[in-house]
Parts: sequence; structure tokens; C-alpha cells
Amino acid sequence: MTSTGRSGPPILGGAGGAKADDVDLAEADGQGAPIGRRIVLGMLGLGVAGVLVGDKVQAGIERALRPLSQNDPTGLTSFVPTSGRFRIYSVTAHMPDRSTADWRLGVDGMVATPLDLSYAALLDLPQTDVTHDFQCVTGWRVPDVPWTGVKLADLLDEAGVQDGATHVRLHSFDGAYTESLTLEQAHRDDVLVAHRMLGAPVTREHGGPVRLFVAPMYGYKSLKWLERIEVVDTLVPGYWEERGYDVDAWVGQSNGRSDEPTA
Amino acid sequence: MSAVTLGGGVAGAGSPGDATIARFSAAERALHWAVVVVLGTCALTGLVLYVGPLSAVVGRRTLVRDVHVVAGLATPVPFVLAYAGRWRAALRRDVRRLARWSSSDRRWLLSRGRCETAEVGKFNAGQKANAAFIAGVVPLMVVTGSIMRWYKPFPLPWRTGATFVHDWTAIGTWIVVAGHVLFALSRPPALRSMVTGRMSRAYAEDHHPRWAEATAEREGG
Repeated sequence: MTSTGRSGPPILGGAGGAKADDVDLAEADGQGAPIGRRIVLGMLGLGVAGVLVGDKVQAGIERALRPLSQNDPTGLTSFVPTSGRFRIYSVTAHMPDRSTADWRLGVDGMVATPLDLSYAALLDLPQTDVTHDFQCVTGWRVPDVPWTGVKLADLLDEAGVQDGATHVRLHSFDGAYTESLTLEQAHRDDVLVAHRMLGAPVTREHGGPVRLFVAPMYGYKSLKWLERIEVVDTLVPGYWEERGYDVDAWVGQSNGRSDEPTA
Repeated sequence: MSAVTLGGGVAGAGSPGDATIARFSAAERALHWAVVVVLGTCALTGLVLYVGPLSAVVGRRTLVRDVHVVAGLATPVPFVLAYAGRWRAALRRDVRRLARWSSSDRRWLLSRGRCETAEVGKFNAGQKANAAFIAGVVPLMVVTGSIMRWYKPFPLPWRTGATFVHDWTAIGTWIVVAGHVLFALSRPPALRSMVTGRMSRAYAEDHHPRWAEATAEREGG
């Protein structure tokens, strides 16, 4: 007698009950209802539904959890997938690490007076507070994130942009990441060189000590670990823009997405 | 190939306390431990990708992501190989046992293992639930992970939806597998049977009486 030759897909328990001569399966667990198959098919059904409507379910859970996740001293809710959490992305081998003492910010290129600012000098400039949702192009959104920093426009005005300049190019001290903005975009009141977010100094994971925050655009424009602002007269697409994302990254009007605008 | 050599086996000739029953074939054990390796790789790299402070310590996000994707795509491979040859016979039998639930299995699960032990066969309801869950997790994670990694051909909300499913399924899998490991560590004869292929007859009579009984009947002729 061989064990093959039964009908039905064995992985789902599709075969009928044990044959009378099959002493090996003549036990309680060789027969009965195909619950195993129901569990597997149920999971797959839920999974398909989750892929199709998960973005709406997720937004609903996020709204429901918002009071909880925004007053959570433990930070534990940030590990719940749908609590409006940041996901930490970086593009280089090692996540960059720079202390506030070692950090400098250069503003150069087509400017009248190049700047070289320390962290303390940045904090001495006029400060702006804004609160906006943070929307990632991969789909997650963090509601009502408070930011503090210096308007990028103020730094550009301080350095004095020369005639003929059209764009700024932003450089990260991770050594790889860059971003681009038109001068018009860079002069918006909600584009900050930010040193505080979520009520505390910007952490290393979030791009500290200083990062960019571009309120109306997808998260990849808000370059982390900022160290240099270069004024230029050509568009140089940024890191992700070279890899297929839109240069003008307005939330809800780019990258084929229809998210609610953030600013 | 006879049924006796597949599921039954020979009890030790010495004292009853030393006697063992064959429980898992070499192919079944190879499948189990191969799944441990690929799923474990997915779990650890996934944790690094998901938990921000851990990402900061480990770095090399692109490498970690690539390892995660390759390990993820490899999760069906051990199952395919286990079914690819003559060695699948014992596995097919055990899958049939795992797939079918008797009414006493349900009672056993609802009482969290405290009653109906007398009816338990080769696998209890917890083991059956674990096996079915993992069988569901593998295709679910491969498909949603592939949509996350290669999102271009799909409608954009699917990317968010796939992430949603992938994240929650991962958390569920961590919990289920943690339970599986804790149960295994607290029941050494069961864990040993997945290593050596054999289970002590005394333990089988206590925890899998219907299976021990059927095995004894077979041996008794």
C-alpha cells in the first residue's frame, strides 16, 4: 500500500476521511472538519480585503487612536502600525550621527554672502512654529506634527540670492541624499530649517540635529541630516527624484497619489 | 512503503520508560528547521526595518531590505522541496492530520488544553492552529511584501493596503511563533521529537493518547 493516490490537495486537507485500512490515520485527528483549510482561506480572504481597503481602514484606526498616540509618554503606540507613526528611512550604510557641537550649516553657491552657521547661531535667528500632517509617498501619514525652526527664506535672504539663481540644492551629511526646491518653493512660510519636531530636539533617527521640513510636499522633500544649502541656476533632481519620484512633490497632486493636502 | 514504517516505528526494547515512538520523518524535520531559518531571517530583518531605534543601530538599510526580500521570497521553497519527492509521504499524512479538526479538538482549545486530553491524537488543536496559521502567513506575506517592494504595476492604495496587511500579519506571527517556541521549550519531549524524530512513549501516552494507542495497536498487530 502506498500513501499516494488520494484525491484532493493534501496541503489544505482536501482529502476525505481516512480509508478503513489506513490504520495510521484511524485516529481522532485524521477525520473531522477541515478547519485548517478554513483558517488558511480565511486569512487569505482577510489579506485580500486588507490590500484593497487597508488604506481606508488604516486612516480610520489612525483617527481613532490619535488621542491615545498623541498623549503617550511611553512611546509604545509608535510601534503600532496604524497609530500614525513615522517610519525611519535612510539611504546610506550607516545612519549619520553628528552632535550639535560638531554640526555646521553652510549656505553658499549663488549668494552675496556665504553663511556658515553653528547650531547655537541657528537657534539665535527668528524662530517659526508650524503644525502640519506629515505624508509619506509610500502611504503613511502622521497627523499634526509640531515643528520649530528657521524659515529657509530667512536664511536665503540673509545670504542674499544672486540674480539668475533659480533653485536651491540641499545636501545631507549622510553623504548621499540631496533634494531640490525652486526658489519660489523655498520662500514659502511653511518651509523650515527645523531643529525641533514633536516637542523635542530633532532626534538622530528623524534627521537631527537639523533637518528640512517642506510642509506641502511628500516626506522625501523634507531632507534629513541637513548640512548645506546651495543656491544654483539649474534644477538638479534629488536622490529619490533620480529614482522615479516627482520633483514637484505636492501632497495629493503628484506621484499619482490623491492624498489630502498637508498645507 | 508500509504505514507501519511511516507513522509507527519501533518502541525501544528496554524498559517502558525508555521507549520511544517515531514521530517525524527526516524530511519533516528538515522542512521544519528550514522554515525556522528563512522565517527567522525574515523576522529579524523585518524587526530592524520596522523599529526605528534598531534601524539606527544597524544601519545598512538597503542591505537589510534586500536580505529581507530574498528570505521572504525563499519562504515557500522548503515547502516545495518537501513535497517534491518520495519523502513527502509522511508529511502528507501529517498535513491531513493537522488540517482536520474533531469536535473534541474544539473543546480542547476552548478549555485551553485542560479537558478532553483523552481524545488528542498525534497533534493537539494548538499545534493544528499553529500549522494552519503558518500555512496562511507564507502566501500572505510573500504577496503583500511583493506589492510593497514592486508597487509600480499596482494601484497606489494597494501599496498602503499591502503595508497594512504585512505589518499586522507580522505582529501576529511574532506572537504566534513566540507562543510556539514557549510551548516547545516547556515541553522538552515534544521539542526533542522535532530534533531526533522520536518521542518518548510515556509522553505520547499522556499528551497524544489516541496516537500512542493507534501506534501500539499497529505494533501489537
